[in-house]
Amino acid sequence: MSEMPKPKEVLSGLDHRPPRKGWMDTPVDIRKGMYCYAANPKSVEYLGLPHAREWNPLDDDWKLPENWQEILHKGFKERLDRFRSIKVFMDICVRCGACADKCHFFIGTGDPKNMPVLRAELLRSIYRNDFTLSGKIFGKLSGSRKMTVEVLKEWWYYLFQCSECRRCSVFCPYGIDTAEITIFGRELLNLLGLNIDWIATPVANCYRTGNHLGIQPHAFKDMLDFFVEDLEEMVGVKVEPSFNKKGADILFITPSGDVFADPGTYTAMGYMLLFHYLKERYGFDITWSTYASEGGNFGFFTSHETMKRLNSKMYAEAKRLGVKWILGGECGHMWRVIHQYMETMNGPTDFLEEPVNPITGTKFENARSTKMVHIAEFLADLIKHDKLELDKSRNDHLKVTFHDSCNPARGMGLFEEPRYVIRNVCNHFYDMPANTIREQTFCCGSGSGLNAGEDMELRLTGALPRANAVKYVHEKFGVNMLACVCAIDRAALPTMTEYWVPEVDVTGLSELVANALIVPGQHDRTTDLRGEDLPGREEEEDGE
Amino acid sequence: MPLEKILETYKNAILKRWFEAVAQTYPAETARFLQGQQDPFANPVGGATRTSLEGIFDQLAGDLAVDMDIEAIAAHLDPVIRIRAVQSFSPSAAVGFVFFLKKILKEELGQESRGRSELLNRLDARIDDTALVAFNIYMKCREKVFQLQSNEMRNRTFSAFQRAGLVRDVPEDDPDKNNPIE
Amino acid sequence: MNVNYMFSLVAVLVLILLAYAGAGAAGFTTFFGVFIPYLALVIFIGGFVSRVMDWARSPVPYRIPTTAGQQKTLPWISYSYTDNPSSNAGVVLRMILEVLLFRSLFRNTTVEVKDQKLIYRLEKWLWLFALAFHYSFLTVVIRHLRFFLEPTPFFIVWLEKLDGFLQLGLPGIFLSGFVLLAATLLLLARRIFSPKMNYISLASDYFPLILIIAIAATGLLMRYVAKIDVTAAKELTLGLATFRLAVPEGISGLFYIHLFLVCVLLIYFPFSKLMHLGGIFMSPTRNLANNSRAVRHVNPWNYPVDVHTYEEYEDEFREKMVEAGLPVEKGA
Repeated sequence: MSEMPKPKEVLSGLDHRPPRKGWMDTPVDIRKGMYCYAANPKSVEYLGLPHAREWNPLDDDWKLPENWQEILHKGFKERLDRFRSIKVFMDICVRCGACADKCHFFIGTGDPKNMPVLRAELLRSIYRNDFTLSGKIFGKLSGSRKMTVEVLKEWWYYLFQCSECRRCSVFCPYGIDTAEITIFGRELLNLLGLNIDWIATPVANCYRTGNHLGIQPHAFKDMLDFFVEDLEEMVGVKVEPSFNKKGADILFITPSGDVFADPGTYTAMGYMLLFHYLKERYGFDITWSTYASEGGNFGFFTSHETMKRLNSKMYAEAKRLGVKWILGGECGHMWRVIHQYMETMNGPTDFLEEPVNPITGTKFENARSTKMVHIAEFLADLIKHDKLELDKSRNDHLKVTFHDSCNPARGMGLFEEPRYVIRNVCNHFYDMPANTIREQTFCCGSGSGLNAGEDMELRLTGALPRANAVKYVHEKFGVNMLACVCAIDRAALPTMTEYWVPEVDVTGLSELVANALIVPGQHDRTTDLRGEDLPGREEEEDGE
Repeated sequence: MPLEKILETYKNAILKRWFEAVAQTYPAETARFLQGQQDPFANPVGGATRTSLEGIFDQLAGDLAVDMDIEAIAAHLDPVIRIRAVQSFSPSAAVGFVFFLKKILKEELGQESRGRSELLNRLDARIDDTALVAFNIYMKCREKVFQLQSNEMRNRTFSAFQRAGLVRDVPEDDPDKNNPIE
Repeated sequence: MNVNYMFSLVAVLVLILLAYAGAGAAGFTTFFGVFIPYLALVIFIGGFVSRVMDWARSPVPYRIPTTAGQQKTLPWISYSYTDNPSSNAGVVLRMILEVLLFRSLFRNTTVEVKDQKLIYRLEKWLWLFALAFHYSFLTVVIRHLRFFLEPTPFFIVWLEKLDGFLQLGLPGIFLSGFVLLAATLLLLARRIFSPKMNYISLASDYFPLILIIAIAATGLLMRYVAKIDVTAAKELTLGLATFRLAVPEGISGLFYIHLFLVCVLLIYFPFSKLMHLGGIFMSPTRNLANNSRAVRHVNPWNYPVDVHTYEEYEDEFREKMVEAGLPVEKGA
């Protein structure tokens, strides 16, 4: 992988255009910064997934099993029989081009194979060859080709350059969903042991310890205790989170990323303060679980089966603890799994009650079967019924915009709840341009398990459309805080803003709420949850 | 007519060709999108490149009697270089687009450039300077990328150790918060 | 030169020659006028049905609508009835908007920044061409039913009045035929001249377009230029519809070309992307209500999987849990 430019590349931009070749004749070029490292065989093995081995994407030899083509063909066929979505999406694309420029990875990288239609064609070309009459008769003319190692590498490279954000699917006249195709493609790659480590290892950890980071139960509790100390210092009240508590009203599950990395930690502190408030004021008892200590589900990025295996803990734990229903924290793909997969996979849920907010009496009709409520829905309900005492002005130093996370946006439709909450806890809120938010929101560029370190260029280019819109509201309204309801966002967006718009920081919804919340027994709060002085309130501190 | 005035007249034609040339450093399918899509939110690469090139050109073509404002040039170069620095271009291809301007100027000005060789040489030198500034920015961006990588790695492992209670003895103002790399 | 559209063009030319030589010159009029049309119809119907049945055989294991608007949650938040339907009625409405108005294509907006303000514009060309193409095609198809029905039903007469409202020329000009030709030509031009479209297009994208262009062109030629013997043609087509087979003399070769190309289109249909006509109704991201948390969706092949149970978990970490004061099930 020589880094030296070829002589033509140097100053030939004026005369030289790359020769026009069809995409099928352009072999994949696996570039540094654009791919993630191969899965650690130990993680693959722990999960009992096939063909665990050391391999390197840059090597010619990927050490594939001898009959890999047969495995893929069989896997393909099985899934065509199981998923109508795949079968229909393989057949009906007319290549109208509506999706082509909707993908943040295409917009940011400029690589034409990142056009959603082509990402799908990578698989369709094999489908036509293997499963259709016209492919067999007309060969390449029908857009079909034979499966080769080159094609496999192309699959791998581009299927791990899709964040399953579904933006293209909104614009497709037939609703063809590239996320569905990527999920399916990655499932096939996993049959050959071709996962990336940023997904495989968190999955193995989660399976064993209950969370992606492999935090053991006592350490998980330690981490929350650490926040208890911080909160006591900043708010002046001692919160007492409960763990694995049988008979609690509610089980709370959130991504472990929030207990572990800034600025997600502040969101976690926000939850804790909120739960403390609800306990003190209304006697509402919420417990955390160390066994189901992960809301996120990187199994979703591996295969349907792996997703189900990890997700099973949520209901199992709710059943064991005997809670009434489950409250879910701020996370993107976690909510796609909960909303569109969980009860189908691991239900039915006769051991839980239809969720009712005992404080407001509101029945969460929309969650009556799955029995899991999103914290933004829960918060919006509490605020609407005036059950939270709030001092908005404590967020006056923030000019906030909201990033709709892909999965709650296009896999759920959670748009108004978080905005309602923000407007009620902040005085300054500005939305980004309409074609970059709500159902047209741009991905953070790091979703679906791509937020590793080694693919930094991929993540930064993928984040460019989002960053560009953030930059616009920053320049126009002075926005300095980007709020979101997703743990991957909170992990990835700070890096993105530091590169593209360094003046903007990232926060979770619950952190903003906790900043504004007036907690019984609190002292004069002179800082926010980050321990940063609130402008205009420092003097009071002097007076104390 | 002073050369600056002439450049002003030809500005649009020159910018158009320059932008086209830069767009063509991308694959043909992408180039067309970069040129065609005018929406800066749907096409941030095209939008930023267009704005940057115009800003750079205005600086280059400003009063040739005085020194060029390097800081202003840098400010205009930053957005476009920041993008190209993470787009799988070789370093030379990422900054080389600045030199495209030389050939375009020669062809566009044609007759007009007769008898103005001194000023043209000065313009040439400005383009060279611009390319060097571009290279500085490119390196800064690349350093930033590596720094972001190591920061993430560090934050992940360090905070994990810290929160797991393995580094209890960190003083109040722990280095993590001061971010010594900055 | 692009092999994909050259191949498609040549293929259509060969088909035209075949029909011209076969029916016109060699006089195999029964073969082209009776046998091929019946064959085409059988393949079209059989193929279409079997493709849809084949899709239907695969279950929809998960409820995965693409939600393109506010969900239905709390009663005081107004939700998007069609873009994020929570009921079957909403789904039906969403599908109607999708099928009849190409709702999703209508989402393309672009923004321009002017004087610090954002101005949104609809990116409407693809939507407009697509709509023009499909509706003119539909009109033409319905108008052609006149050739298979006697007496001509009232709705065809109405449609013809609407279609010929310009009341120009003799025979009166039907707009739909010209719109069809223009729209398909524009869609073809888009594929050939836009590098992006060119890059993603396959021969199977060009072929049906060129085929339809040829069908529209031969149709227009027959009606406005060559003016074939319509009575004879109708005698043939009506014969096909009523199984009173008769192949009248003196039908122009042009007619057989037109008819043959239509037959090719019918035969090609079930094996091609044209099946999106049926597929759009089967698309799980559009035809399902977003009520997966309110009503359990059942996956017919949901099988048990290996899980890491709480007991296994506690067995591994019990000591540490006890030490940290976490409640345990056994031996606390």
